[in-house]
This record gives sequence, structure tokens and C-alpha cells, in this order.
Amino acid sequence: MDALATYALRLGDDSLILGQRLGEWCGHAPALEVDLSLTNVALDQVGQATHFLGLAGAIENAGRDADALAFRRDVMDFTNCLLVEQPNGDFAQTIARQFLFSHYQALLFEQMARVKDERFAAIAAKALKEVSYHATLASDWVVRLGDGTEESKARMVAGLDWMWRFADELFVMDDVDAAAIAAGAGVDKSALRAEWDARIDAVLADATLARPASRRPVLGGRAGHHSEHLGHLLSDMQFLQRAYPDATW
Amino acid sequence: MSDPSKEWPLWEVFIRGKGGLSHRHAGSVHAADAKMALEHARDTYTRRMEGVSLWVLPSAQIVSSDPGDAAALFEPAEDKVYRHPTFYKIPDGITHI
Amino acid sequence: MYTTDLSGKDKNAAVAGVAEDPALIAAFEARVAADEFIEPKDWMPEAYRKTLVRQMSQHAHSEIVGMLPEGNWITRAPNLRRKAILLAKVQDEAGHGLYLYSAAETLGTSRDEMTEALLSGKAKYSTIFNYPTLTWADIGAIGWLVDGAAIMNQVPLQRTSYGPYARAMVRICKEESFHQRQGYEIMMHLAAGTDAQKRMAQDALNRWWWPSLMMFGPPDDKSPNTEQSMRWRIKRDTNDELRQKFVDITVPQAEAIGLTVPDAALKWNEERGAYDFGEVDWEEFYAVVKGEGPVAKERMQARQKAWDEGAWVREAARVHAEKRAAAKLAAE
Repeated sequence: MDALATYALRLGDDSLILGQRLGEWCGHAPALEVDLSLTNVALDQVGQATHFLGLAGAIENAGRDADALAFRRDVMDFTNCLLVEQPNGDFAQTIARQFLFSHYQALLFEQMARVKDERFAAIAAKALKEVSYHATLASDWVVRLGDGTEESKARMVAGLDWMWRFADELFVMDDVDAAAIAAGAGVDKSALRAEWDARIDAVLADATLARPASRRPVLGGRAGHHSEHLGHLLSDMQFLQRAYPDATW
Repeated sequence: MSDPSKEWPLWEVFIRGKGGLSHRHAGSVHAADAKMALEHARDTYTRRMEGVSLWVLPSAQIVSSDPGDAAALFEPAEDKVYRHPTFYKIPDGITHI
Repeated sequence: MYTTDLSGKDKNAAVAGVAEDPALIAAFEARVAADEFIEPKDWMPEAYRKTLVRQMSQHAHSEIVGMLPEGNWITRAPNLRRKAILLAKVQDEAGHGLYLYSAAETLGTSRDEMTEALLSGKAKYSTIFNYPTLTWADIGAIGWLVDGAAIMNQVPLQRTSYGPYARAMVRICKEESFHQRQGYEIMMHLAAGTDAQKRMAQDALNRWWWPSLMMFGPPDDKSPNTEQSMRWRIKRDTNDELRQKFVDITVPQAEAIGLTVPDAALKWNEERGAYDFGEVDWEEFYAVVKGEGPVAKERMQARQKAWDEGAWVREAARVHAEKRAAAKLAAE
């Protein structure tokens, strides 16, 4: 896969894995309305995954469509960031993941909606509306839980603490990013960090929460070196396609 | 046992279907505060592009007429047909009126 | 929907033991017979209110518990399109439960009270959801058969006499129109697929057929509430009428995709212009109603877990809203 296809693949994998995680909530949320909210976010992510993986397959031009990419690759070939594959945990942990990721996605797609490559720009422009809402929704929950009860605050702190080590990976640049920028499709993610910090900090302040202490970042997702969680997620998600390789659905 | 004071309050949801139309009652949601009520209304009632604008208001704030007063409130209008344009006979051939 | 006056639930009700005013009852019955809608603040017999709350909350519970068997396959849906469809469908069920709870709340019963009645086993829900989803074909069978049967029950309810219920049903029926089609499409695809997929499809039909027929409720001669419910326009067709209609519509759909309905007694009756079909195992039905369905325990465990684990979230949001409201007041 060339750099541009890999770039699309990473975007698709991020959305796919997060959509998969959010789908696990369906039917089990703290309130009926929240169930609907989380599933809306899941649906948006699955939609983004479909577009970006489809684009990756088209650029690769080797006969793999979005489904082939989603359901017929093993852990090493998945390029999502480690943040999105983290387990749901309790509601606070899920919100922490969503909060950190949606603000990143919103900043990323704001820029990507303006890139020269219309394929990327079009998907980003559509997705931007979705993820802006996700960022608001997640931020509001961070504030409610952070400035709610003693228990909810403790859980929100723990949720952020779990996720924080994976935040730096979102902004790491490598050869694939450089090539995508050169091709008029990519975004300089390192330039998003300051604004991301500002947005995160503003919400945390409103939530009466301290910013988690910096720590050694955990990296590797973009290179296929994942957490233990991803393999289990894939074995569940890919079960039918693996058990019945000659079937279509 | 459930404690009604602990339940998220109920909000009524009104949706403007498209520009130019008035908001119309769509249903209700439970939410702890106004912002959450708007988010819940959006996530529950506009999943199929039902609207371009939302109103939510606490159900407890609605004041409604008493069905027992319906006769006194609404029936006196029945014989005031002169409020409707079709009450007036205009000869054929007169236009723009 | 409308104001929910939880404190005033007995305002219109007959005080226990005191008979309701016959003139009020007669006026009410006349309105219903004339197909007028009854609205939350209108006078209604206490038995009507009770029947409605029971029926609407049962219906709402069925939607919510009904999310679980299909939710079981969301993470394993075989491709991205099917995953999105299934997510949207199960989400619709959450929405439908919400609409129905809201409609029931107009009669003065809170959602929390109804939820607790479900979790304590006091309230019932559709027996169909106490059967397990074993293969992907079950997702097809549920959409095709279970939603098909549900739609047949629900379409007449759009004209039910209680306004909020009727309006909720209008919205639900509109949204559900894709549910049955996506299920049939799954079955169609499987039935035309590999041998393993065909086997999966037939097996799902075999397991879901009879429970689907049970969804219409006991036979008319064993359904004591039917007559009054029909008079009150809470129900608009009898159980057996709807069951017959379902069989007549569904059998040709099965044949069209090469699946066999698992009923040796099934035969077209030229004279009646309808299918004759075998007897439902009513003993199984009543056992499942009593909570002895194969996965009844798993379903209630899942609902209880979501309720318990969500408690701190609901509480946090409530406390947060109070804090912010107090701070705003202090600032003014």
C-alpha cells in the first residue's frame, strides 16, 4: 500500500475501531436517551470508516473494498491509534476516550476539509459536522461528571487517567503524513496540538478537573503495534467473514 | 423504590420541520438540564432529518386549558362564521379579492 | 408528551370502592365509540387508565428488552453496511421504547416506576425476546418475522383511542417500515448463499416461526381482556385475526426465497381463502410468559446491570444540574 492509501487507511481504521467500541454500548447505556446519543456517534464513525476505507481501497487499486479492509486484516495491519481501541470501561472511561478523540478529529477535519485532494476534503467536510457535535456532547458529559458527585468525579479522573497516555500519538507525524501533505491530502497534525490543548483545558477547567500529569506516551498503533485489546475486538468483529470466507452477506 | 425527585425531569420537544414552518410538538425526553434536553431531543427526534430547529421546555412549565372548560372556551367561536372569507358572497367576475 | 402531573394521578380516578359516575362513563364510552381521541387531561374510567398504562409500558419494555437479542450481533455484523443498519435498527427500538414510556407517563406513571416494575418482574414484555439469537440468520429472522408480526399488531394501534399512544404509534410505524425489509433482505441473501448460509437461514426460520405466532397473544377464547379492549379502541383486531393474517402474508414470502415453514399442518384452504395451520404450543407460551423463556434470566440480568451501572451517571447529571442552577441563581 502506498503512503496515500495508508493515510486513508489510518483515518478509516480510527473511525472503524471507535465505531465498533461504541456499538458495544447499544442497549446498555445509563439512560435511554444516552443510548440513542452513543449510537448516533457510533453510526457516524461507521459511516466515516466506510468512506475512508473505501478511499484507501480505491487508491490501492488492488481489488480490496472497505469490507475487505475492515474484515480481512489482522492486528499487525491495522493502523488505528491506540486511543480508539481502548475498552469502554465505565461510562466515564468511554466519555474520556470520546472527549480526547473527538476534539482531535474536529481539528483534523477542519483542516482536511480544505486540502487540495477533493476526495479527502469531501469526506472531511461531511465528517466535520458530525465530529463537532461529538466533541460538544463528550465535553458536556466531562463537565457533568467532573462537576457532579464525588463518585462521578473520581470515575472521570480515572477515565482520563486511563486514556491520557494515548493522547500524544494522535499528533505524531511520520513519513506517511509527510507524503500525504506533499500530495495535497494530508494535515500537519503536530500543528493541531496547541489548539487541542486549549480546548481540552477549557473543558477540564469547567469540569473542575485538573489536567492529567504528562507521562511517557504509548505509541505504535500507526505501525500495527497495538494493545492486547485490539485482537479481541477483531476476533469478535471479523468472526463471520473468517468463519465463512467464501460467503457474501 | 423510585424517588420522583431523583428522576431527570421531563421536557417537551418541538421541531421546526423546515424554514418558514412553526415548531411542532414531537414528543418528550428526560434530561437533567436544558443543554442535555436539547442534545437528547436532537439525538432522539431528528435522526431522520426531521428538523432544522429545536425547542425544548420543561413539561412542568406547560399550562393547559381544562377539558371541562372546552365548551365555554371553544364553542362560542362556532357561530362566528363571519371570521372566515368564504362567508362573503362576491359576484362572479370580480377578481383579486 | 404534555404535562405529566405525577402528584395528581388520582385526581380523576374513582376513590377506591366508590363507583364512578355512570353519566361520565356513558359520555366516555360514547366518545370512544365515535372514534374520538381521549387526551391526558380528559376524564377516563380508572380501568381504562390502568389497562393503558399496562399495555403501553409492556409495549415499551418489549422495545427495550428487544434491543438485547439483536444487540448481541452488532459487534459481529458481517460487513459495514449490515453493521450500520443493525445499529440504526436497535437504536430505533430505544427510540420507540422512549416514545412509549413518554406516552404512558402522560397518565401519571413515571419512567423510573415502570423500569422498576420491569426489573422486579412485575411488568411483562413480549415473550419473543426470551429466545436467543444464535447465528447471523437470527437477525434476519427477527426483522422479517418478529418485526413483521409487531407491525401487524401496531398498524391498527395508530388509531387507538388514547391520543398520546396513537401519536407514538404513528411515529413508530413510520420508522419501522425499514425494519422488516432489512430482515427479509438478510434472509433472502442467506437463502441464495452457500450451503452453510442456507442451513443457517432455515434453522433460524425453524426456531423463530412458532414464537412469532405466539406474539399475537393467546387464542381469542382465552383472551379475557380482548372484548373490553376492543370496545375501548385500545385494541382493534383480535389475536386470532391478526395471527391468521400474519400466516397468510408470511408463508408466500418464505416460499419465494426457498425456505420451508416448519409446520406439517400448514395447508392452503381454498374455501376460506386462507392458510390452515397447526396449533401453537400454548404450554410453552404460558411458561415463557411466566419468565421461563430460555434466556429470560440473561435478558433481565442485562437490563438490571445497565440500570445499576448507570445509576451514578444519572445521579451525577442531576446533581450537576442542581449545582449549576444554584450557582446561576446566586450570581443573579
